[in-house]
Amino acid sequence: MNEYLLKGLLFIFIFYISFVVLAKNNFRFIYWLSVCYSGFGLLCSLSFLLSGQSSQSISFPLGLPTTGAHFKIDALASFFLLIVNLGSFVSSFYGIGYGSHTSEQSRTLPFYIIFLGSMNMVLLAADAFSFLFFWELMSLSSWALVMSSHQHKETAEAGFIYILMASLGTFALLFALSLIAAPSKSYCFDQMGKVSMDGKLASLIFLLALLGAGSKAGLIPLHVWLPKAHPAAPSHVSALMSGVMTKVAVYGFIRIVFELLPSQEKWWSILILIIAGISTVVGVLYALMQHDIKRLLAYHTIENIGIVFIGIGLSMAFKIYGMTAASALAMTAALFHALNHSIFKNLLFLGSGAIQSATDQRDMEKLGGLILNMPHTAFTFLIGSVAISALPPLNGFVSEWLLMQSILQSPQLPSWGMKFLVPSVGAFLALSAALAASCFIKVYGITFLGRPRSMQSTVASETDRWSVLAMYALAFLCIIFGIFPRLVIHLLGPVVRAIAATHYFPLSAKSFFMPLSLVVDQNAYNGFVLVLLLGIFLFFILTSVKWLSSNQFRRTPIWDCGYPEKSPDCQYTANSFAQPIRKVFGPFLFATKEKVVCSEPWYPKAAKMIVKLHDQIWEYLYKPVAMAIDRISEKINFLQFLTVRRYLVLVFLTLVSLLGCLAFLL
Amino acid sequence: MIKNLVFQCFDAFFLLALSPLVIGIIRKTKARFLLKQGPSLLQPYYDLMKLFRKEVTLPDSASWLFKATPYVVFTFSWLAASLVPTFSTNLLFSKTADLIAIVALLGTARFFLSLAALDAGTSFGGLGSSRESLIASLAEPAMIMIIFTIALVAKSTDLSAISTFMISGQAGLRVSLWLALASLVLVAIAENGRIPVDNPATHLELTMIHEAMILEYSGKYLALLEVASQLKIVLYLSLVAAVFFPFGMSTMGSGISSFFIGLFTYIAKIGLGASMLGFFEILVAKMRLFKIPNFLGAAFMLALLATVLLFVSRSL
Repeated sequence: MNEYLLKGLLFIFIFYISFVVLAKNNFRFIYWLSVCYSGFGLLCSLSFLLSGQSSQSISFPLGLPTTGAHFKIDALASFFLLIVNLGSFVSSFYGIGYGSHTSEQSRTLPFYIIFLGSMNMVLLAADAFSFLFFWELMSLSSWALVMSSHQHKETAEAGFIYILMASLGTFALLFALSLIAAPSKSYCFDQMGKVSMDGKLASLIFLLALLGAGSKAGLIPLHVWLPKAHPAAPSHVSALMSGVMTKVAVYGFIRIVFELLPSQEKWWSILILIIAGISTVVGVLYALMQHDIKRLLAYHTIENIGIVFIGIGLSMAFKIYGMTAASALAMTAALFHALNHSIFKNLLFLGSGAIQSATDQRDMEKLGGLILNMPHTAFTFLIGSVAISALPPLNGFVSEWLLMQSILQSPQLPSWGMKFLVPSVGAFLALSAALAASCFIKVYGITFLGRPRSMQSTVASETDRWSVLAMYALAFLCIIFGIFPRLVIHLLGPVVRAIAATHYFPLSAKSFFMPLSLVVDQNAYNGFVLVLLLGIFLFFILTSVKWLSSNQFRRTPIWDCGYPEKSPDCQYTANSFAQPIRKVFGPFLFATKEKVVCSEPWYPKAAKMIVKLHDQIWEYLYKPVAMAIDRISEKINFLQFLTVRRYLVLVFLTLVSLLGCLAFLL
Repeated sequence: MIKNLVFQCFDAFFLLALSPLVIGIIRKTKARFLLKQGPSLLQPYYDLMKLFRKEVTLPDSASWLFKATPYVVFTFSWLAASLVPTFSTNLLFSKTADLIAIVALLGTARFFLSLAALDAGTSFGGLGSSRESLIASLAEPAMIMIIFTIALVAKSTDLSAISTFMISGQAGLRVSLWLALASLVLVAIAENGRIPVDNPATHLELTMIHEAMILEYSGKYLALLEVASQLKIVLYLSLVAAVFFPFGMSTMGSGISSFFIGLFTYIAKIGLGASMLGFFEILVAKMRLFKIPNFLGAAFMLALLATVLLFVSRSL
């Protein structure tokens, strides 16, 4: 049956991608087509995961000569197919309505098709060539989507940085895969993982894979492109880039490091944990400083990817020391969080798109009070905010709880470095969860609550019903996966077993109501009973308050300690909300400079506060590189203005030196 | 099963009834140490009854979230409080949420309260919400390190299991536990907005935090929020009692006499804790907002030290 599954997936991919030529302004048709395509992918991945069958591969005489193109579906690929297609299913559905708010559809539609198709194909590719081909196709099509609103100056800059970083990433992956392929003399994934390898070479491959996948996923310090590029695209594409494409990068990392490399070194997991821990906290702190909703959400992706990588790093550490059960637990947490993040990040990006199309604003400082005008967007956005803040009883909490539980397994690790590192990573995780909650209090409070801060916000109206439906679907999943986490854990079973050689939750499919308990009768969390109890308590208190208390109420002007300000500008802003946190963390992280400019008392003019944040990573890591490249290119600039005679000499010298190299090597 | 359910229900309602009294004890202690008579121990009950009877005034700009929040905050705080073992371990629903989840339930309550503070669109509301977020963000890592220490000693994050382990005396006298206790007390003070982090007695001051968030609330909504914050204090007191001083607790299935012993020792522990909190509050003054990171940083370092010491003592 799996053979048909795989063939079906490949066939429908070709069918789907052939519609590129038709994609001009008929956006409804294209988005419906995309809904069908990803719906089919979703069903295929679900049926593969639930059937629990072995993997299936297929090859075509395409691609590299003597190698051919190989495709394979296995548990890991199909779980990520689930993430990709779930995200693109909902985003395409959203696009049906959202498309009517945007102009110049022909700039997005063809690339949208290629983007969706190539993400699916990266997951199915089973040889180095097709993997890299589709990976690059994914990068380029998403770059084209970023550039679709090319009129803005910021977009051009974002596109430039993105294409640079994407090329760097693919370049690193190219080297990593060819280094693995060299000893096994094959580009096919099935043969590549079988050869034992020198430790130093393996470490080099690991570093390259981390560079390649990490730059696509947005790990710090490779994140610089992400908060610029993700918000520049149309909202449903931002949702896909942030929620889904970063997961493809996670997939690539797991595939290379856990499957293609025969063994892992101890220091790898330490490096991953340090980078991931820093990414979580720094990502969320950057997010807190933003007041552009979409850019804020993009920064949050860095945090969540950090959380996923904490799980991966822990899983690797436990695996190295032979603690397979703990390794399985950490991997479950990581993959669960990857799925969760794709759900709530999609939801939040779609919400921000709805806000943008209703108010033409992305700046929170100009919004406010939208809960009254956009009740559906407001409700679903609230669900997404609670979920991403890792608060019970929604899904974000479950995956962070699992991660915390796997961190608690770390004392059994024999290495002292790990013993101290892992608890501190736990503290980082807790800090980032709390900061994420603050951040989403800010986003929600400033955007949806309070009084409108601008005309557009006052007159905004609810978005179209397709978009609303898409957002409700995602909000529903946030709730369901929070209450019945075993649904996801059941799906994850074969994946975790494939990576970590065991499975932490060996219960049958019928136990969806059971608590998640690790040791018998200990460390339990039961989302279902929790929600049941919350319902009972809430019912009790509602009825008794109704019965006991006065039910009179009256609408009055706000009180505000007796000094209410008429102007909505006197409300707290996003900037002032984040001020205490900026003051505590800012000095060493952003080198913040705050300056208050007051006019002279005899010349009344508005006072101003100027806040300057410096991205330290940009200043100290990227700027020197950029400057060095500038300086070198200035130095060799004269090569552009030589005579033909001199060029010929150069060509000759190059040839001779290349031949010399060859002679020396062979 | 039925008996267990009765006990669990009793626990929930007992906590609800007890929580205003705890505030009464704190206030009475403070007044007595300041050589004042102070209001009656039952004053918080009268206040609540008055609030419930009063008419609610809703700000013009308030949305449905403003009305829903008191119920949400109350429900989450009450549920969290009733999941902490009080007079008995292994109550019916004790396996629903472990220590991490209980702390997170309070986080949900705080999330909604901070949102509601921003709902009316006032500057004071935003001020309270923003400061509360800062304190919560800084308290969270310390709390996780405390949980980590306790879980390392008791090999579980489940509170009933922790209490049972602590009663059994296997933990012994560990320096780590004392450090964790000190850290937990600091975190509890910060989380509950007590002096020196926040002064619950202030009103209409620029230094207020919790009061600033609930400034626009009145009538039954204010009453619900008051009870919720009282329940939160009781929760932290019970947490300290259950983890560090679990003596006298009964277990499910033991006789009626052990139930009464458990109940009376619990009341005594809570009363003692509340009066110690009151005593502590007259000793210190409220600190500046930007000193709070130092305060919570100390809590974090204590908890970190507790974890590290645990590792070192294990290996020796």
